[in-house]
Amino acid sequence: MSVSAPLARLGRAVLGALATTGRVAIFALDTVSHMLRPPFYGREFLLAVLQIGWLSLPVVGLTALFTGAALALQIYAGGARFNAESVVPSIVAIGMTRELGPVLGGLMVAARVASSIAAEIGTMKVTEQIDALVTLSTNPMKYLAAPRVLAATLTVPVLVAVGDSIGIMGGWLVGVNRLGFNSATYLRNTAEFLEGWDVGSGLAKGAVFGFLVALMGCYHGMHSGRGAMGVGAATKSAVVGASVLILASNYLLTEVFFSA
Amino acid sequence: MIELLGVHKAFGANAVLRGVDLQVARGTSVVIIGGSGTGKSVLLKCILGLVRPDAGAILVAGEDATMAGREAFLARFGMLFQGGALFDSLPVWQNVAFRLLRGAKKRPRAEAREIAVEKLRRVGLGSEVAELYPAELSGGMQKRVGLARAIAAEPEIIFFDEPTTGLDPIMAGVIDELIREIVVEMGATAMTITHDMRTVRSVADQVAMLHEGVIRWTGSVAEMDATPDPYVHQFIHGLGQGPIAAVR
Ligand SMILES: Nc1ncnc2c1ncn2[C@@H]1O[C@H](COP(=O)(O)OP(=O)(O)OP(=O)(O)O)[C@@H](O)[C@H]1O
Ligand SMILES: [Mg+2]
Repeated sequence: MSVSAPLARLGRAVLGALATTGRVAIFALDTVSHMLRPPFYGREFLLAVLQIGWLSLPVVGLTALFTGAALALQIYAGGARFNAESVVPSIVAIGMTRELGPVLGGLMVAARVASSIAAEIGTMKVTEQIDALVTLSTNPMKYLAAPRVLAATLTVPVLVAVGDSIGIMGGWLVGVNRLGFNSATYLRNTAEFLEGWDVGSGLAKGAVFGFLVALMGCYHGMHSGRGAMGVGAATKSAVVGASVLILASNYLLTEVFFSA
Repeated sequence: MIELLGVHKAFGANAVLRGVDLQVARGTSVVIIGGSGTGKSVLLKCILGLVRPDAGAILVAGEDATMAGREAFLARFGMLFQGGALFDSLPVWQNVAFRLLRGAKKRPRAEAREIAVEKLRRVGLGSEVAELYPAELSGGMQKRVGLARAIAAEPEIIFFDEPTTGLDPIMAGVIDELIREIVVEMGATAMTITHDMRTVRSVADQVAMLHEGVIRWTGSVAEMDATPDPYVHQFIHGLGQGPIAAVR
């Protein structure tokens, strides 16, 4: 017993993780199937777009601005070691659009949106509002989960696009004001080296991250435990789950998109 | 109309329902009494399919409640939750008119709002609360909004989980009368959970007492007053002495 106890514990943990993965996958399929079948709750969808997209703009914008600015400084310092300071505009643009725009944008949205969705739905669960929805012949997956997940999948790419632009602008501001680049040259360099797929791949990542963020919020909210503690735990799990999934799927997507 | 046969439900080691048998005839009003935590709310949730029983059968108009098409099945029900369960993201009138704003019973918005205001009036709330949000109401007002929502779509079967708890005596009387009216006028079948003996007397055609996971006793109000059953006697008179331990 003493020898196999750690193994048993490991086995239990692995089985638990697999079971959770299965439940999340079923939940995701169920959500998607509700997006495709009527009735559609347009008002819920528009509210979710407002909540997830519009109200996240300041956070995502500020994150991108400072990231782009810091990136320009770092690349300049790094590039100076082999006299390649001129790569700053193109590397900032590629770094922002391919990686930092979607990943940092996604993480900020995870913090803001996964938590608020999980807390909202979790509170509804705890106060029997989900039960009330069911007795009013309304499917909670269709009414709560589907509109939020759809809204996040569609709006996060837009947020990423805005973030990319602001991030590049942050790099340009630092480049021109602190590093002595000529404004027109900086912009020309950016435009010349940036390819469509740099931007497109980042937007595709954004869509996946948006889906994951809202999915985690809905899943953990719907499975919230009882009472305020239950909602607190659900909120935490939603943010942690969304963040880890973003980083893991980012690696996978990067492999798929860019490994030759 | 509603038939429960040997319904069992346990939460882990806590065996709440241990073989509940109950018949409710169409158009009658049954009141369920029983100590706090005996599983009255769980019983209603089992019938609605919100809680899945471990064993036993639940038939509504002869159909197995767990098998029937969920949405059509639930369209016949109205439910007042013990805690109100109002949607706090929607104003009061949209809570009341929830069913009338979407799905099979959808109507024009203005008409739905009119119906909502009318139902609010019936539970003693003026039209000024219609635009408020649930969080802006007192506990008793929330309860009454929940009641208005339960009756808004004129369901055939209505469940009231403690409709008068938290209301002043006058308002409680109004609600008792309303429940009676709904049963008599609309011919609805009602199941009411209450701890208020006045509600029992004014609302019940049939009283059922849930104790230790089974329906311990059932009968009319007159029979309830006359029964020699010591459990019922202790309960309806609120006695500290008797077979039901007061300190649990
Ligand atoms: N979802 C749940 N998970 C675990 N236990 C539950 C759940 N719902 C109810 N219970 C337990 O079932 C028992 C009966 O609960 P229920 O709410 O039906 O009581 P009640 O008879 O309605 O009491 P009261 O008159 O106080 O409302 C309680 O012991 C409660 O802890
Ligand atoms: Mg109860």
